[in-house]
Amino acid sequence: MMDSVVPVEDVLSRKEQKREPLYAGRVKVHPMDIRGTVRRIKWIVLGLCLGAYYLGPWIRWDRGPGAPDQALLVDLPNRRFYFFWIEIWPQEIYYLTALLILAALALFLATSIGGRVWCGYTCPQTVWTDLFMWVERRIEGDRNARIRLDKAPMSLTKFRKRTTKHAVWLLIALLTGGAWIMYFYDAPTLVAEFFTGAAPMAVYFFVGLFTATTYLLGGIAREQVCVYMCPWPRFQAALLDEDSLVVTYERGRGEPRGHHKKGTSWEGRGHCIDDRKCVAVCPTGIDIRDGLQLQCIGCGLCIDACDSVMDKVGLPRGLVRFDSERNQARIAAGQQPEKWTKRLVRTRTIIYCVLIATVLSILLIGLIGRSGLDITVQRERSPLFVPLSDGSIRNGFTVKILNQTRDPHSYALAIEGVDGALVTVVGQEGVTEETVRLTADADSVTTYRVHVALPREALDGETTPLDFVLTDLDRDRTARYDTTFRGP
Amino acid sequence: MPSEVEKDAITGTETTGHEWDGIKELNTPLPKWWLYVMYATIIWSLGYFVFYPAIPWVNGFTRGILDYDQRTDLDRQLAEVREFRGELLTRIEGASLAEIREDDELLDFAVRGGGRAAFAENCAPCHGLGGGGQQGGYPALADDAWIWGGTLDDIYATLLYGIRSDHPQTRFGIMPAYGVDEILTREEITDIAHYVVSLSGETEDAEAAARGAELYQRPDLCVTCHGENAEGNVFLGAPALSDQIWLYGGTVAEITAQVHNPQYGVMPAWIDRLDDATIKMVSVYVHALGGGQ
Repeated sequence: MMDSVVPVEDVLSRKEQKREPLYAGRVKVHPMDIRGTVRRIKWIVLGLCLGAYYLGPWIRWDRGPGAPDQALLVDLPNRRFYFFWIEIWPQEIYYLTALLILAALALFLATSIGGRVWCGYTCPQTVWTDLFMWVERRIEGDRNARIRLDKAPMSLTKFRKRTTKHAVWLLIALLTGGAWIMYFYDAPTLVAEFFTGAAPMAVYFFVGLFTATTYLLGGIAREQVCVYMCPWPRFQAALLDEDSLVVTYERGRGEPRGHHKKGTSWEGRGHCIDDRKCVAVCPTGIDIRDGLQLQCIGCGLCIDACDSVMDKVGLPRGLVRFDSERNQARIAAGQQPEKWTKRLVRTRTIIYCVLIATVLSILLIGLIGRSGLDITVQRERSPLFVPLSDGSIRNGFTVKILNQTRDPHSYALAIEGVDGALVTVVGQEGVTEETVRLTADADSVTTYRVHVALPREALDGETTPLDFVLTDLDRDRTARYDTTFRGP
Repeated sequence: MPSEVEKDAITGTETTGHEWDGIKELNTPLPKWWLYVMYATIIWSLGYFVFYPAIPWVNGFTRGILDYDQRTDLDRQLAEVREFRGELLTRIEGASLAEIREDDELLDFAVRGGGRAAFAENCAPCHGLGGGGQQGGYPALADDAWIWGGTLDDIYATLLYGIRSDHPQTRFGIMPAYGVDEILTREEITDIAHYVVSLSGETEDAEAAARGAELYQRPDLCVTCHGENAEGNVFLGAPALSDQIWLYGGTVAEITAQVHNPQYGVMPAWIDRLDDATIKMVSVYVHALGGGQ
């Protein structure tokens, strides 16, 4: 056996081998308040988003008697989705698909232009976290006060501040959860029923559920959602390119960083005075000077922080700014930076715009072309066909008439594509015609069983194509369904 | 385990010491709360062991304090269905056939529920699903030709007592075996067959058909039961011969065979096999198949 030789530098004590733990403790982030252009834009977007969300269910829209007068309503029990003047039925769920595709493409376009603007400005997680942080700041004070409060032993003041904060958070969460349910239920009725205890159990359950999730995600989890839970940061890199505007620290100008005494020269040093204000304001607690990173939600609050510092030391703004990778490379190579609008139109954005225009056109054409009338026909299969005493062949069909209008209508059902077809409606025997009259109730699907008899000469082998043509007698609309007629 | 904590040069993050084909895994630890959430779900899962049947035992299994059982659940659901049906069945029992047809709820239950299910269980083996009939003497019930009548009452009576069944009130009708019993000669029978075919189609032999017509109209032969115009007679179970529906085939050879030595089908009486409500529902169902009169 040979003596194994261990290099001396590998022999380390337990203490020297200090390792990262397997599970990381929470690094609490205490974002500092900051004022500036970015912050102002963020407040405006936040106001618009929250306003639309909370007020949405209260917009009324008169649809006539018997129909809900809420502009935005997902009526699950009756299987209807109302969006202002549009009423979507479950069988038209493809409109929702188109909407989702549009939303995804818009997100891709926004990301390719402005990086993670969705994350930083409009994502509900960001909007509500911002709101919750504002509440926190009003009650517990700004960053330093909060850090002190965290460290302080429990006292009456601390207890009062904490209780108030959580109470306000819970109230906002309750309003949020409540507003969500209003999209599924008539809002004024819901509010009245909710507080008189008359609302269904499901309403209380879901309001409770969304209250809890809002409180947990906005108040407690915050940036943890973006850093650990959200899939979007993981693949957004694939949607960015060298022309996307991302929050960037201009390394060449900033480095070497260091403290700066007033009145001393800026020669031979960078413009970053390393007072870490950009880190202090960051809602996810990162240092933008480390470059683009997964945890950066692209909100740009560090831009406001840095600009305020640059103003104070009398240097031009924009050490941290929205800029593209290509521009940074140009600057580093000593070239003149380009205006960001020059690179706005490029293959990637053109493709997204074309796709958006295509999907939008399809969606709009579909919506405008909606006739409010449709027919579906199912052929009965047992028996496939029935020979009748006069030698003709009969097939049975189930005909469904979709009447999306607000009043009952009468229709004429005719068979086209074959000669001599006679139609009988089951339940209205005795009337056998080439064209039959049917009615359909308002805003519903009416089902009929229909027998069609064809003379044997009209059959074209085992399968004969034929069309059901439904004409609305109250207005000029026609729906058609192609099917087949089976014979021996 | 490496004896030294290795740091990745680019990210400055420690590695876990795991390496695959030169790719080293960075140690980017999950937050602790993530781990606690997992523990919480494990604790939550213990509830299932307490409340629901869970652990197999030597002679059975732990039942859980809710005493939950899927069989009990099923029994309860079946009882609910029976209760719902029971109400409808009582109403059907008390109603006449015409009343069932008039009542939308009862009609719907008979046509789409009870009648349809009972038909599929008891009648479909011979008459086919949906009453399409089968070759070899099982008449189609969805067509417009009825041997024993197609009104609701006719169908109901046929169902109750059967056809040529062993019930004393059965519908009964038998055609004489004209050939086997030597009532007619083979030539005469063929002539009649030619005539019968000509009633609903074209004949290949007009002379034979003319001879057959004379025989047909002889008072002791076909006309007595099948009628002057071959329209049939539902009271005797004599099928119409002027239409295009043939129980045992419509060619000259097949008709000759049937006159020579007739085949008969038998339908059992259902009065002792099914309850009255079910027979009523099946009657209404069959009537609604497309040929009810």
